[in-house]
Amino acid sequence: MNFPKIDLNKLKNEGTESVTVKERRNFLKLGFAITGVYASGKILSLSSVLNDVAYASGGTDFVEKYPYNPHYSMVIRQSLCIDCEKCVEACNKTNHVPEYGYRTRILTRKYQGQLDKKVEFIPVLCNHCNDAPCVRACPTKATYKDPVTGIVRMESKKCIGCKTCMLACPYDARYFSAERHAIDKCDFCWEERLSKGETQTGCSSACPTGARTFGNLTDPENIVFKLVHQSEESVWVLRPEDGTKPNIFYMKGNMVSVDNILKGQKFIYSDPAKS
Amino acid sequence: MTGSMVNISKRWGYHGLDALKKASPGYLMLMGAFALLALAGVSVGLHGMITGYHHVYGVSREISWGILISAYVFCVVTSTGLCIISSIGHVFGGEAFMPIAKRAVFMSIIFMLGGFCIIFFDIENPFRMAIYNVISPNLSSNMWWMGTLYGAYLVFMIIEYYFLLEQNHSLSRLMGFFGLVVGIAAHSNLGAVFGMLHGRPFWYGPYLPIYFIFSAAMSGGCAIMFVSTLAWKINPEIMNQRMERAIKAICQVTIFLISTIMFFTIWKIVTGMVSHDKSLVIMALVTGDYAINFWCFEIFLGMVLPLFLLVRSRGNNFNMIMWATGLMMVGIFFMRYDIVIPGQMISVYHSLGVEEALDIIKYTPSFHEIMAALFGLSVICFAYFAGEKMLNGHQLEKHEIVPEGGYICPGCGAIHFMEEGETEEDAMKRHHKIW
Repeated sequence: MNFPKIDLNKLKNEGTESVTVKERRNFLKLGFAITGVYASGKILSLSSVLNDVAYASGGTDFVEKYPYNPHYSMVIRQSLCIDCEKCVEACNKTNHVPEYGYRTRILTRKYQGQLDKKVEFIPVLCNHCNDAPCVRACPTKATYKDPVTGIVRMESKKCIGCKTCMLACPYDARYFSAERHAIDKCDFCWEERLSKGETQTGCSSACPTGARTFGNLTDPENIVFKLVHQSEESVWVLRPEDGTKPNIFYMKGNMVSVDNILKGQKFIYSDPAKS
Repeated sequence: MTGSMVNISKRWGYHGLDALKKASPGYLMLMGAFALLALAGVSVGLHGMITGYHHVYGVSREISWGILISAYVFCVVTSTGLCIISSIGHVFGGEAFMPIAKRAVFMSIIFMLGGFCIIFFDIENPFRMAIYNVISPNLSSNMWWMGTLYGAYLVFMIIEYYFLLEQNHSLSRLMGFFGLVVGIAAHSNLGAVFGMLHGRPFWYGPYLPIYFIFSAAMSGGCAIMFVSTLAWKINPEIMNQRMERAIKAICQVTIFLISTIMFFTIWKIVTGMVSHDKSLVIMALVTGDYAINFWCFEIFLGMVLPLFLLVRSRGNNFNMIMWATGLMMVGIFFMRYDIVIPGQMISVYHSLGVEEALDIIKYTPSFHEIMAALFGLSVICFAYFAGEKMLNGHQLEKHEIVPEGGYICPGCGAIHFMEEGETEEDAMKRHHKIW
């Protein structure tokens, strides 16, 4: 969150009559952030190494506390997903995923007795956990946390194929690739795209609705930062009980207020090419 | 060469291939059958390795550990158990247990090697393991510790076996102690490989490392009784009073350990039933797809029947003990299977309530997997039958008649040799000195 610097002594009192509703809300949000009841502050405590600091402080203080820079992350706005599977196709094509495997998939949740919603689609992929169980479980350090970006990556030549990481992963994000002779998994397209200068992953750029939003959580101007740090809509992660501090955030993403947040961010829902 | 062979024969009780030539045709045919099965197993396994395991194995992305890991766990559990039970005698000095030491340590090594044969066909890149386990170790990984400690365990057991053969009881005791400590560390780490996996509630927690140690001791007691009573069938002369006493003592310990495992199993089921995460798996075991595995094999063959028969046998009826423990070995195999597979049956996304993860995930072992598992198990059987003949029933002489120049040590009950001009007391001191 980016608040302008204001010298309070030089300001003249405008009176409370001129405070708009929007400003009022912003002021309240600042208060919530500082006192720690800020909704996303709770979620962020899962992602930051320094939990207590992140939880207790608000504003820009704890932005620096993210353990990586750029701290790559993805926000999935569940309600926008239409199960077109363009992301899965793009992923398979970009990363040469064999037909028996997948790095990302879309799960379907059906509702009964709901008036507004019958079905919901939940895209899942590697959560690039800060406290990754797969990294702990690997006997030969074949899978590791990238010290710069925080991406959970594979050093294929070290993989002995014991498959412990597949079972250690609480997100079912790994499979054994016979072509690579190693476990294969999502690396946020690091090898195929990010390391070659692109800023979006294959799946996020292929998504026609903007359900997948990829970005840098350390940058307060980044859309991912803004989505995670807004307080209008709740943000959650999958399986928080495992304590893995995942970096894939979920939200419904269908509220007007979120649109308002996004409007100033040069983000267009329908045209991923310009995002 | 001939001289040293004679020497080994006398000192070690090694009778070489001659003993096999003298064996009955039926015995040789049995050994040949196991050799053929092992050969078939290794060929099918290698075929799978060349074609690619994902084409021929039944394991999937969700259930990535199948019957091979179950069989591996079965082998190493039995190996550790043999080490634990035999250590009561030759490490901690329980005299009744001493006569089984050589056979138990031999079989412990064989079971471990059999386990390695099986895991060879489960690990996708076994050759990389040898390199990167050494140059890129992850000290926080249970898998690394398990592999490394089991390697060390095997080395200790082999050295211990050498000293047992050499009649050097102080060093064999020392090695046996190290082997036991490393073996227990390795084995509890195997439990922790399962017990420290997030998102697998059926495994997660301290239960499995603890259960594995008790379960190992039970398997060890069962295995040593089975191989000893089977050896008695092969050659009735191996039984003498000391062996009879040993079987009786192990029978008592095993009865206690079966009861312990029953207790473990009861509470696993009861607590699992009230847990939201585990109840689906527990119900699959109790009433679902795995009910036959669970009730018929794990519970009936693995615990109830052997408990009843062992109590009935009073430790004297070797026929009954042989049947009880032989069937129990089958039951124990299913016990391992019932830990490995059900732990993976629930998708990690089950709690999310998505369509893809509502039901339990199915697994059926494929032909290639079964054959690769049989490869390791047949190697064990073959080595056992060969060992019984070539190593003279793991005894120096039939009936343990004290050979010339030797005597039965009053301290440890084993046979010691006196050197020239040495008294029995000097010989005992020499055999039992530490360093």
